[in-house]
Amino acid sequence: MITALTSAMTMTNEDPLALLPEICLLAGALLSLLAGSFLPRQRQWVARLIAVAALLGSAAASVVALAGPARTVYTSTYAVDDATGAVRLIVIAATLLVIALGVSEVSGTARESETYCLLLLSALGTVVLAGAHDLLVLAVAFLLASIPLYGLIGLARTSAAAEAVLKTYLLGALTNILLLLGVALLAALAGATTYGGLTTELADSPAPAVAVGVVAVLGGLLFKAGGVPAHFWVPDAAQGGTVTAAAFATTVPKIGALIAIYRLLEALPRGGAAGLDWPLLIAVLAALSMTLGNLAAFGQDDPRRLLGWSTVSQVGYLLMPVAVAGRTDEALPALLLYLAGYAVTNLGAFAVTAALPERRTLASYRGLARQQPVLAGALLVCLLSLVGTPPTAVFTGKVAAFTAAWDGGLAWLVVVAALNTAASLFYYLRWIAPVFRPDAETDGKSRSRGDASSFPGFSAPRSPVTGGTTRASAVVAAVIVLTFAVTVLPLANHFDLQLTR
Amino acid sequence: MSVLSIVVFLPLVVACFLVAVRVPDTAARWIWCALSAAEVLLIAGMWLGRPADPSTSLDFEQRVGWISTVASSYHVGLDGLSWPLVALTVVVFASCSVYALNEGNRPRLHAALFCFLQTTCLGVFAAQDLLLFFVFFDLSIVGMYFAIAGWGHGQAARSALMFFLYTFLGSLALLVGFIGLYLAATPHTFDIVELSRTAPLQGSGSVGVLVLGAILLGLAVKTPTFPFHTWLPPAHTDAPAVGSAVLAGVLLKMGTYGFVRIAMPLLPDAWRDWAWVVLAVGIVSVLYGALVALAQTNLKRMIAYTSVNHMGYVVVAVGAAGVLTGSAEQARQVAIVGAVTQMVSHGLITAALFLLAGVVHERTGTYDMGSFGGLARPAPRYAALFAIAAFASLGLPGFSGFIAEFQVFTGAIATAPISALAVLGILITAALFLRALQRLLTGETVGRSVGFRDLGAVEMCAIGPLLILALAIGVLPAPLLDVITPTAGQLVDLVGR
Repeated sequence: MITALTSAMTMTNEDPLALLPEICLLAGALLSLLAGSFLPRQRQWVARLIAVAALLGSAAASVVALAGPARTVYTSTYAVDDATGAVRLIVIAATLLVIALGVSEVSGTARESETYCLLLLSALGTVVLAGAHDLLVLAVAFLLASIPLYGLIGLARTSAAAEAVLKTYLLGALTNILLLLGVALLAALAGATTYGGLTTELADSPAPAVAVGVVAVLGGLLFKAGGVPAHFWVPDAAQGGTVTAAAFATTVPKIGALIAIYRLLEALPRGGAAGLDWPLLIAVLAALSMTLGNLAAFGQDDPRRLLGWSTVSQVGYLLMPVAVAGRTDEALPALLLYLAGYAVTNLGAFAVTAALPERRTLASYRGLARQQPVLAGALLVCLLSLVGTPPTAVFTGKVAAFTAAWDGGLAWLVVVAALNTAASLFYYLRWIAPVFRPDAETDGKSRSRGDASSFPGFSAPRSPVTGGTTRASAVVAAVIVLTFAVTVLPLANHFDLQLTR
Repeated sequence: MSVLSIVVFLPLVVACFLVAVRVPDTAARWIWCALSAAEVLLIAGMWLGRPADPSTSLDFEQRVGWISTVASSYHVGLDGLSWPLVALTVVVFASCSVYALNEGNRPRLHAALFCFLQTTCLGVFAAQDLLLFFVFFDLSIVGMYFAIAGWGHGQAARSALMFFLYTFLGSLALLVGFIGLYLAATPHTFDIVELSRTAPLQGSGSVGVLVLGAILLGLAVKTPTFPFHTWLPPAHTDAPAVGSAVLAGVLLKMGTYGFVRIAMPLLPDAWRDWAWVVLAVGIVSVLYGALVALAQTNLKRMIAYTSVNHMGYVVVAVGAAGVLTGSAEQARQVAIVGAVTQMVSHGLITAALFLLAGVVHERTGTYDMGSFGGLARPAPRYAALFAIAAFASLGLPGFSGFIAEFQVFTGAIATAPISALAVLGILITAALFLRALQRLLTGETVGRSVGFRDLGAVEMCAIGPLLILALAIGVLPAPLLDVITPTAGQLVDLVGR
């Protein structure tokens, strides 16, 4: 009794400092918007500086917070544990990369400061989504992550972007209503909205009602994750939006969404009337997502649309550790590892497309290895990583995810994922192959024996190449992807990576 | 840091240097040559200086924590199974580096790519951790894809894609099997030494059989055995000569090496359950490979199919080594020693044959045996080397192939008399090589043979040493067999558990 009381007292823990990383992001968003309103067009870079400073401050606060104990704050509605800490760092690093790769595109445009504001707000929503330990916080975080995203995708002002934003908005609105419906239903059944409350109170609720509620919430979260069956907006956003928006929308929101699904599934009571076979449902969704994403990517000719479909298939692999949430200790580390590896890899690939805005078909990448050997190398590393070739970032994530899924009793899903991985090689190679094919014009020259001018980089580039920051972000991403197993991985080993309950 | 790690990663360092620095073409070619000479010297020194007592632990062992979340470490070391293959790797790559002194198409990147491939090959044979093994195994596929796609001829892009897709699927099956082994071990580990000590799936029934099935699938694709060999002929036909030599000489060995390094010691009882299947697949590979090779008119395709035949002998031997009932331990040990010897022998001889086929293509642009005749008159040196390689390949006594195949059959027939069927393979191989010799070398000098330039000094220096080594092993096999035999004995004990 006494312990219950003390735990109840610590639960009403109102600690604003625990939310310092989130506060930094919010402040950065508002300040960059305000600064942008007062700055002349050619000095909008100050807004970028503010955004970057806010992200770095948030990162520093996150690192400090990681050293603290795992706990929940604000009447147990928000979890500050290693998972939240890892998501904060991944989201911040990803947002920094997005800003860097978008410099050449966004710099000096009319919507520069607004872009940074929207990026930071959506990143904030993503972090809160991952930390949410309460259904109402989850609903708010969903809105906070989604609404800036609609704005971001619509920034391009082209007809393709208009179509993309309309699709995203309509699907987002629909799934949002579903999510709210699910939250309402679960809250009514449990008489509580915190996850701790769900665990204890849902155990005796009627199973069909719980199932409807959870499926509705999952529907909303799958929209954010870009997984089947709420994936239709992803390829359009990847193709139609600005590169900045496309890179952000296909990478960052799913980080929060997948952790949110993980937390929700862990909170659901096991056994009893409401103990349904959630792993099977998630596993089937994972299998569908990876298969459908792969099949649709086969025929794509636009590299960004191809990346869009490839992210749908990647969500399938990411759902593997989610499916075994709570059934094996390896699930959460695997999920976080894969998320980190995937984020940097996907952003690296988008950074290369951002550096080569003129090339909008796979065929136009022909001869890139000669004209831009560095970018070609970065692209090669990132695409091979998306395939899952060792020793790259996604490979380590995939091994961990496969291991977790098998350990959690889903060996069949591992076989499906392995087959899908092999199939995915085909469309990534459709992009890699032209990069290393000799340029049409220099073909004859390169075949002549011992011709020094046939070295890559000697012939004049076919299309103009944009800013150094974009190129640098591609290279940095590729280097991280390549050295992931010896640089990022040892850091991850320091954490114990268990959720607070 | 162990000397072995230096040997493994030195080529990678050179590869990075060659990619980053735009050295002149000639310098790039010679840098590769110098590197491979250094590697040969290092391995030769290590071979001579290895510890006297071979049975206790791994030579030049090194273990450093790597991915602690999945208990995987950077663990390398050599024993009697890996020593011959590491030595084979540096020799074949050295040959190729000499042959590539004539390479005119982007020689700097060519050298860099093959240096990278050398690291992956050495890494596979030195690895004592399943995940590390897989990393190098998979990277070798990526490297070979670019070798075929970038420097191949004919339908290079298509063949390279087929090679990549097929072997990548095989490697994923391997990964699934590795994860099964990892999860079965308590505590979870990817370490090969620990796994072979505990054999975690021992007595687990169907799980062990399924895990071994996945691993066998992966290795069978790589080896390749019938019916998973279909990627091999197009890959070889369209690969450059150096690429073919490395692919047949070294990369195929990764599959058969996996049998003796991973499948047999880690899953002994499942291996015994599968032994008859493996044996049958081996016999079919031997006969099918030989018969299809007999029907070829394309020289390189013919050599490619003889690889299926020759690797079939290895599969027969390892399959027979799993048949315990009514067999002597000694016979099984002889079969395994024969299998490892065959890997080395095939690596040397087939690398030489593929380089010789490359010479034909470079001179005339075709592999069609019908376009030639009477090559011995304009190109006597070529004819001599080709004849030696062909006789070595068909298992003539005095060459390494005889030592290997003799032991394979002695061991295999003693344990499983059905293996005698595979002896037919030798007969067919002899027929097809003699016929190829007749078509190419003897008779009137006609067709493309007219004006055929004989082997130059560079080509002689590239191909000659391979055949000299094959001859040396054939005459004096003891230094090689002494290294293999103790470890083969341990392997027999492990499988017999």
